[in-house]
Amino acid sequence: MSAAFASSRTNGSEVVKELAFFAVIALLMSVMLLGVETVDRPTGLELAVRWDLVLLAIGATVIGRLGLIFRRENISRLGQAVLITLSAVAVFEMFVRFRELDDRWVSPVFLDMVFSSVVSTIIGIAFVAIIFATAYFTMKDKTAADVDESAKLSSKIQLAYRSNTKKIGLIGIIFFIIFPFIFGEDRSAIDLATLVMIYIMLGWGLNIVVGLAGLLDLGYVAFYAVGAYSYALLSQNFDLSFWLCLPLAGIFAASFGIILGFPVLRLRGDYLAIVTLGFGEIIRVVLINWYDLTGGPDGISSIERPSFFGMADFSRRVPDGAIGFNELFGMEYSSMHRLIFLYYLILVLALVTNFVTLRLRKLPIGRAWEALREDEIACRSLGINPTNTKLSAFAIGAMFGGFAGAFFATRQGFISPESFTFLESAVILAIVVLGGMGSQIGVVLAAIVMIGFPEMFRELAEYRMLIFGAGIVAIMLWRPRGLLSFRDPTILLNMSQKEKVAGEIK
Amino acid sequence: MTDNKLIEVEHLTMRFGGLVAIDDLSFNANKREITAIIGPNGAGKTTVFNCLTGFYVPTEGRLTLHADDGPRLLERTEGFRIPRNKGVARTFQNIRLFTGMTVLENLIVAQHNRLMEASAFSLAGLFNLGKYAKAEKEAVEKAEFWLEKVGLYAQADWNAGNLPYGSQRRLEIARAMCTDPSLLCLDEPAAGLNPRESAELNVLLQSIRDDQGVGCLLIEHDMSVVMQISDHVIVLDYGKKIADGNPEAVKNDPAVIRAYLGEEEDDELPPEVAADLHLDPKAQ
Repeated sequence: MSAAFASSRTNGSEVVKELAFFAVIALLMSVMLLGVETVDRPTGLELAVRWDLVLLAIGATVIGRLGLIFRRENISRLGQAVLITLSAVAVFEMFVRFRELDDRWVSPVFLDMVFSSVVSTIIGIAFVAIIFATAYFTMKDKTAADVDESAKLSSKIQLAYRSNTKKIGLIGIIFFIIFPFIFGEDRSAIDLATLVMIYIMLGWGLNIVVGLAGLLDLGYVAFYAVGAYSYALLSQNFDLSFWLCLPLAGIFAASFGIILGFPVLRLRGDYLAIVTLGFGEIIRVVLINWYDLTGGPDGISSIERPSFFGMADFSRRVPDGAIGFNELFGMEYSSMHRLIFLYYLILVLALVTNFVTLRLRKLPIGRAWEALREDEIACRSLGINPTNTKLSAFAIGAMFGGFAGAFFATRQGFISPESFTFLESAVILAIVVLGGMGSQIGVVLAAIVMIGFPEMFRELAEYRMLIFGAGIVAIMLWRPRGLLSFRDPTILLNMSQKEKVAGEIK
Repeated sequence: MTDNKLIEVEHLTMRFGGLVAIDDLSFNANKREITAIIGPNGAGKTTVFNCLTGFYVPTEGRLTLHADDGPRLLERTEGFRIPRNKGVARTFQNIRLFTGMTVLENLIVAQHNRLMEASAFSLAGLFNLGKYAKAEKEAVEKAEFWLEKVGLYAQADWNAGNLPYGSQRRLEIARAMCTDPSLLCLDEPAAGLNPRESAELNVLLQSIRDDQGVGCLLIEHDMSVVMQISDHVIVLDYGKKIADGNPEAVKNDPAVIRAYLGEEEDDELPPEVAADLHLDPKAQ
């Protein structure tokens, strides 16, 4: 062993130290999570100790780490692959034992599992082979040229993305437009797509405040709530239609944005975040406690569903004097019609948000937002009114939140303060941050990752959140500034796209 | 000569709690002239700038800007209104560019107010109606003019933060000039520049004075800049004016030499101060 390290920077005793360090970390992390278990015995609950799981966790960590050390020091490709595969098998064994609650000490449980049938044998061997092959073939002797090559590749990808943003956006829009034609009969797919689209719209709305103006808003859900309750209350108390309430909800939410904006104008960063968080909670608490108006925790139910632009109705039993949507177009009645209509409605609302944002970015107000994010003092020295600029960002961001809220109310038919908790604000903010601040396509990707994937993989039950957490950690490791963290200049003078990117990467 | 005044500072006093940063300061700066304010560190030079550009509200005194459309009282104007309509533009001691935006965008942001009006506060601009397209084109033309002037045309689409230090200084001056000021306040524009860059800066400032007809107020420690280009020098020390005149006169003023180099008589400390300082003789 020591001979193997002789030529490298690391010597044997350092390796042992490193492995011991990771063993201690693994012990600390696993001893309470895996090592102790409550068991239901006739005499009552008892603690059972599962040292086998702790040992497996430590073993997997140490072996895996050794493999990584081999990789780092460029020693024996075969050795690396064997160690990494062993570590993976140990992790697998740990999971199997954890699930099966098998506390045999000697023979590995997974071997029984693998050799229980022909199919499982093949799957097991394939599993090991894939890990082995991945570990074996991904390892290359990394030279300076390789690093250079990979940097070149990443800048090539950047270039390809940045010079084709419009095309990518267009393909995305076309995909979302034809989506109901592909999954037309699949109720859950349309529902999920609508949900994702709501979050895309909220992300785009918040992007104006956080991404462009740089004002960290942790209470965005308040405007969503204002929009939803505006529509629900106006429609119940004054019998106004959805199409009239939609702009009203936007106006109400925008006014709340200005009301929130005034007291926090002087605040930035952490302080602003705390105050907006408080504002979001105030709205929720008011909704819970103002029982006479909002129905408190009971919420508001049987909110009117939207009509087909006031011309036709989507219900099976059409009220007197109205025409059914299916009659209007001479089709069979289908409950999918309303769902698909709702999907297209939120798609249009979201696209309006997107186009307004893209357009505003190229207007003086949008440039002033971005300048304010960069340096407020310089903005003042150039004659930009910081008060109005910030308030306009709050108001416009809130307005789109209000639109989304009104849509949410009409889609659900029922709203209660439960839907507008701080967690919602956090999810929307996470979408903006993960997508890459200010990036419109990034928001779409992040909304799919944050909302779509966890819903899609519901069958994975409790592992869903584990995988989700691992995904978030991976994004933070590899793309700490968000999935797509490029800023497109709002105006270019005379350079080709290529030179522009070169200038910036420099 | 009286109607040649661009800015009139009368009895300006600025106190921060018990600290008197500027004490009853009065001076004038003329149109089409470069006026330098010099003085040792902590003399209150930047405080004067912050009062002129609305970042501080002076404790006492009157600041009058004689712009083309008549006199304006700067101490009563809200900070962000001072740069508007041929007002006062400034640069900062530690450069404050919008580093994440491109060079061109920096110059367009500086023309915010005119563009905002042209876009009817974004309503018409949203649909590209009316005068907005034309106004934006003019804004780009103005930006191009200044890019040529400061020699950054080729880097127009770069991120401002990627420019070398000297170019950032020049860009900040160009950005201030894009607001169409009648007075340009420069806070140590030559700091950190090499001799060649600072010679280029001299040419630029002279051209701003002569070709654009904009008066400059300049804080500078680099005497090669001050003595070569300024028409008028004001020396501050502890918030008070100790000299005022043309560069030659100021250079030989005994009060100025005393402020910069110290007084010989001052070697002898007052007895009570000496006692305080020599409490611990071993420390000496």
